[in-house]
Amino acid sequence: MSKLINSIEEAIRVTGLKDGMTISFHHHLRNGDYVLNMVVDAIAKAGIKDITINASSIHEVHAPLVDHIKSGVVTGLECNYMGAAVGKEISRGIMKKPVIFRTHGGRPSDIMTGKSHIDVAFIAAPTSDDMGNCTGKIGKSACGSLGYAFSDAEKADKVVVITDNLVPYPLTDFSIPEIYVDYVVSVDKIGDPKGIVSGTTKITRDPVGLKIARYAVECIQASGLLKDGFSFQTGAGGASLAAAAYLKDIMVRDNIKGSYVMGGITGYMVDMLNAGCFEAILDVQCFDLKAVESIRTNPKHREVSGSQYASPTAKSCAVDGLDVVILGATEIDMDFNVNVHTDSNGYIMGGSGGHSDTAAGAKMAMIVAPLVRARVPIVTKKVQCITTPGSTIDVLVTQRGIAVNPARQDLIEKFKAAKLPVVTIEELYDKAMEIVGNYQPVELGDRVVAEVVYRDGTVIDRIRQVIE
Amino acid sequence: MNIIRNAIAGTMESSDLIVTVTPGSGLTIDIQSPVKRQFGDSIRRSAEEIAQDLGVTDAVISIEDHGALDCTIRARIETALLRASKEE
Amino acid sequence: MRRTMLFLPGNNAGMLANGDILGADSIILDLEDAVSPDQKDSARILVRNALKYLNYRGCEVIIRINDIETPYWEDDLEAVLPLKPDVIMPTKVSGADYIHRLAAKMTEIEEKNGMEVGKTLIIPLLETTLGIENAFEIAKADPRMAALYLGAEDYTADLRCKRTKEGTEIFYARTRLVNAARAAGIEAYDTPWTDVDDMEGLQKDTELAKALGYTGKAVINPRHVDVVNAVFSPTEAEINYAKEVFAAIEEGKRLGKGAVSLRGKMIDKPIVERARQVLENARAIYGGEF
Repeated sequence: MSKLINSIEEAIRVTGLKDGMTISFHHHLRNGDYVLNMVVDAIAKAGIKDITINASSIHEVHAPLVDHIKSGVVTGLECNYMGAAVGKEISRGIMKKPVIFRTHGGRPSDIMTGKSHIDVAFIAAPTSDDMGNCTGKIGKSACGSLGYAFSDAEKADKVVVITDNLVPYPLTDFSIPEIYVDYVVSVDKIGDPKGIVSGTTKITRDPVGLKIARYAVECIQASGLLKDGFSFQTGAGGASLAAAAYLKDIMVRDNIKGSYVMGGITGYMVDMLNAGCFEAILDVQCFDLKAVESIRTNPKHREVSGSQYASPTAKSCAVDGLDVVILGATEIDMDFNVNVHTDSNGYIMGGSGGHSDTAAGAKMAMIVAPLVRARVPIVTKKVQCITTPGSTIDVLVTQRGIAVNPARQDLIEKFKAAKLPVVTIEELYDKAMEIVGNYQPVELGDRVVAEVVYRDGTVIDRIRQVIE
Repeated sequence: MNIIRNAIAGTMESSDLIVTVTPGSGLTIDIQSPVKRQFGDSIRRSAEEIAQDLGVTDAVISIEDHGALDCTIRARIETALLRASKEE
Repeated sequence: MRRTMLFLPGNNAGMLANGDILGADSIILDLEDAVSPDQKDSARILVRNALKYLNYRGCEVIIRINDIETPYWEDDLEAVLPLKPDVIMPTKVSGADYIHRLAAKMTEIEEKNGMEVGKTLIIPLLETTLGIENAFEIAKADPRMAALYLGAEDYTADLRCKRTKEGTEIFYARTRLVNAARAAGIEAYDTPWTDVDDMEGLQKDTELAKALGYTGKAVINPRHVDVVNAVFSPTEAEINYAKEVFAAIEEGKRLGKGAVSLRGKMIDKPIVERARQVLENARAIYGGEF
């Protein structure tokens, strides 16, 4: 027996895909992904309409979705992150139904508990055998972890694995086992390696970013959390990575043995693991070649599912054990609410990803950002959209001072004792306004174009249409 | 001050802008900016003020902003106007 | 206190906007080498506006103007001096005449604008062999003189030798300059380290300058600021010793002793003066009571 079928068109036919159904995708191929576009193109050709796409993320490469939305092939979108190419059009109001934004933990939670139902999951797999045992660790389109696809594989009514590296049965080092897979399709290319993983992720040389990173690490030291058993997550943004590099120097110097590190995994995390700073990497997503190489060869570098990473309804998950997470922001307000969904003009260009999950779990959730970015102030009276509630954010680090959530008097005392430049968020707001001058907030329309679902399932905010 | 030739000032860097001045009749100010919604009025006022301070009544001032602060915007406009008023 | 004087290119709007947060005690907004001749007008206006509109809190501002032999220096001064920068830095200063001309022009501009005369100080860049020979007369040339600053790159070119990391070739210039500055009662600042990535070399070079009597150093990259600041900051041991000196003096007074000794050494005037300087710097750097 073999589950191999000839084409995506055949997959659409044999899975019984029809009008009104929900299909799903993971985003491990990031901006190099071909699979989502191939499948939706085939669906459009088959004359099927009114499809809802539930993808862990939508990237710039998925811009063709815009036409499929306009033509009525796609009428619903659910994701944890959406790049500007599709986001801008959604903000202009091209889709009737609001987009549903979840978090990296909320999505697998809703799938596993049956709250969000998937009719057919299309799983891009850099290597698979003909029964559907598949992995992201090897193959010409290798992406490393396939963590976000686990829940889809387990719970979708039908599961189609799409690969460009078909190997003989059995593939032993599989991530997703054959028990969940209905069909396997072999194609020429599932993606463009250049978009899947970055070559080397470079640390910023921008002096402002380095200054912020330095402050962030001084905060971590002052917090008392940096000791043996330390667990940590950071993003791949300029200042976040620079902070990781400074942190590594300190951990090596002071011989601090951390427990685990998470996040979009880059070569810097791998260096920290190899330098003995951490016992393990828990990897739900790889960002660069070095990370892919490491997850393939180092048993201490462990692939984990989206559920294990961050699901609030799993019996336990790794974000809850985090000591410190370093996160970015496009806006943060007087209540420390953070927006990473929309840009300064109100257009969708992001999403929570794991932002709100890690902020909720970590003992200290830090936002690092320049106070003003190309005349746009980071601190505002009220964010356009709440991605992550201020009650879960502890510290904002800017180059012009560190604001601590008033709920964390303990941190305020520790930071002041360490002579860190602690200021109130109101003071940062005033400074930002003084620098940018004459700021007029953008007015948005009334129509809701997206709903932001917090990890616990409540709608935490609604994103409104941009009037041009 | 009379605008007698085309002139450019500024750079393409982030937090800077490029200002192009050409001769014209009356004052025309054209603004492109990623923060036009938040700062378009402010940029226009600054351009008008600089032109008035320098006694420029006839010119086309084209601004391609990359998120520059007001002090930078004023500097680049002044430079472009001064350059456009001098023989090459 | 100018442990670090950080150069920022005068025509770079982004750098000017964040110049005050890079940790340097002083920033040098550069209208000279960092600006090409066809952008001198642009940089001059940008720097003038930065002084006018930006708030450089807690950070001294120095303007490096163009050489007195160029057609730019007077325009530079006319543009920036009315905005009261802390310091003007002239370049290629080789004799007292240069300072006399510059100071006269500064006074003229201050008077013309109804400003207090003499508020803005001068820190000249000595980067010629003649400038080094004339260091003392330059240091004494005007009441505005705050320090001498050694520029080793042009100096070694003038000397017709290679600039090395060890800096043997500039040893004479370093010692002559610092001696002249001290003799005139002003400060001495060292030439910048030019290898951006060689932090170890930077550390050694800065320690050497400190050992020779320098109290600060120019830096050309923000990443060098922390290392240089650290070298020129009093150490914990130095602070503790300074405190002990004053405690011993107090104790001596209480006991009515004329001469006081500490750790078997007589506390004389230079030791007290040094201790006072250490505590003053410590207060400026770390804040609080020392």
